[in-house]
Amino acid sequence: MSRTLISLSHIRKEFANGTVALEDLAMDVREGEFLSLLGPSGCGKSTALRLIAGLADVSSGSITWPSGGSAKSDIGFVFQEPTLMPWASVTDNVYLPLKLKGLSRADALPNIKETLDLVGLSDFAHVYPRELSGGMKMRVSIARALVTEPKLLLMDEPFAALDEITRFKLNDDILRLKAARNVTVIFVTHSVYESVYLSSRIIVMAARPGRVVADLAVDAPYPRNEDFRATAAYAESCKAASHALHGAMAAHDHM
Amino acid sequence: MNAQSLFSRYGLPLALAIAIIGWWEWSVWYNAIPPYKLPSPSGIVAALIKDWPVLSVSMWVTLQTTLTGMLLAFAGGVALGVLLGMFKTAENMLFPYAVVMQVTPVIAIAPILLMYYSAPTVVLMTAFLVTYFPVLSNTITGMRSTDRGLEALFDLYGASAWHRIVLLKLKTALPYILTGFRIGGPLSLIGAVVAEIAAGTAGAGSGLAYRIIESTYRLNVPRAFAALLLLSLMGIVIFYAIVFVSHMMLKDWHESAMKKER
Repeated sequence: MSRTLISLSHIRKEFANGTVALEDLAMDVREGEFLSLLGPSGCGKSTALRLIAGLADVSSGSITWPSGGSAKSDIGFVFQEPTLMPWASVTDNVYLPLKLKGLSRADALPNIKETLDLVGLSDFAHVYPRELSGGMKMRVSIARALVTEPKLLLMDEPFAALDEITRFKLNDDILRLKAARNVTVIFVTHSVYESVYLSSRIIVMAARPGRVVADLAVDAPYPRNEDFRATAAYAESCKAASHALHGAMAAHDHM
Repeated sequence: MNAQSLFSRYGLPLALAIAIIGWWEWSVWYNAIPPYKLPSPSGIVAALIKDWPVLSVSMWVTLQTTLTGMLLAFAGGVALGVLLGMFKTAENMLFPYAVVMQVTPVIAIAPILLMYYSAPTVVLMTAFLVTYFPVLSNTITGMRSTDRGLEALFDLYGASAWHRIVLLKLKTALPYILTGFRIGGPLSLIGAVVAEIAAGTAGAGSGLAYRIIESTYRLNVPRAFAALLLLSLMGIVIFYAIVFVSHMMLKDWHESAMKKER
């Protein structure tokens, strides 16, 4: 078993309005895995991601990096929306994390070019976001998250707003990128099929209060492609994940 | 742009102008109205040419104070707006006074200021006073309009306060600030003219508004109209200069500066 990259224990998150988003959440994220957090809306999966990224503070409990590393320097984050700066070209959007770290544009350029190449946007380096399709904007967002070469990539339902064709394409892309950059991924989604297709492990969460209810391994080997969707192993994993998800949901819960 | 839309965009207003000026010229001539009652358009142009040495000096005076007041107000409005946009306590403390300065009619402030300061200084001050407020309030709104996701991104990468202002907040605020300029810029001319009129012939000023008053006292009505014409032209030039600069700054990315395609 590979080393633990990040470890969450006894995490509780209560918002100012009294809502308990997470209660006694524990999980270990292992180096190199593709971990999905699967659950209905309100189960705190996005909150967990924000806590890991240091964008919100835990009410109690701890988040540690046993093998060294920190939220500041080793995390890339892809939000639900592409959240690009409309006034900056694709290149400058991808340059932003490096600029904030104090790197000059000239020094950063080779890295930016390589990352844009990786997401297939080399031809759009000087284009402004408004000229791009939704899928392409999301690729820019992914390039921006990867340009700092993070150990851990956090993705918060990044493809939820995209059409199915684009979504399948980006699913394949993200698997390819993960392999190319050897990055650990935590992927938040409410799609059973997406989580099974992408993940090596799925943590199923339930709401009110947000907690872990199942931890499922998806053993099918990488690389995976469209054929994987037609295999018995895929169907089996989808069934297991669905079952865990529905078991987790009380009668009054909504997806 | 095709010929038809060119005609409706420029041809129609021009035709209207020619018709009105023509009718004006004809009425003055036909009714033999003396120039001290109503000068003809040709008489105004003649006065403009004849009095150009006097009027050009006045125009320069008004233009200089207006632009100085305007640019100071732009800079001051943005600087204060950034401060108030960043710190809620500063806004709570200072904004009411900014409002008081804005809502008090500048024409009422001018005579009081004239007791303490020289006429050119007061002209500058009133130009500033009427201009800074739209810039200030637009800047504050702009500074507050940043995308939450981008804020989170800046948090994630531990951005410094300076980077956050320059790379995120000011960029977001830019379209708002430019709108403030577009509202405030032409107001600066009004502020300057109001102060020149308040200073009147008693003042040492020699701006265009002063020329208008002086000319009406002397019944040199064509010259008064010529000075008015110059003031209008100045306002137009200031407005379109701002529109142009604003367009150049936003044309690459902001929806307001985009051509519609269909």
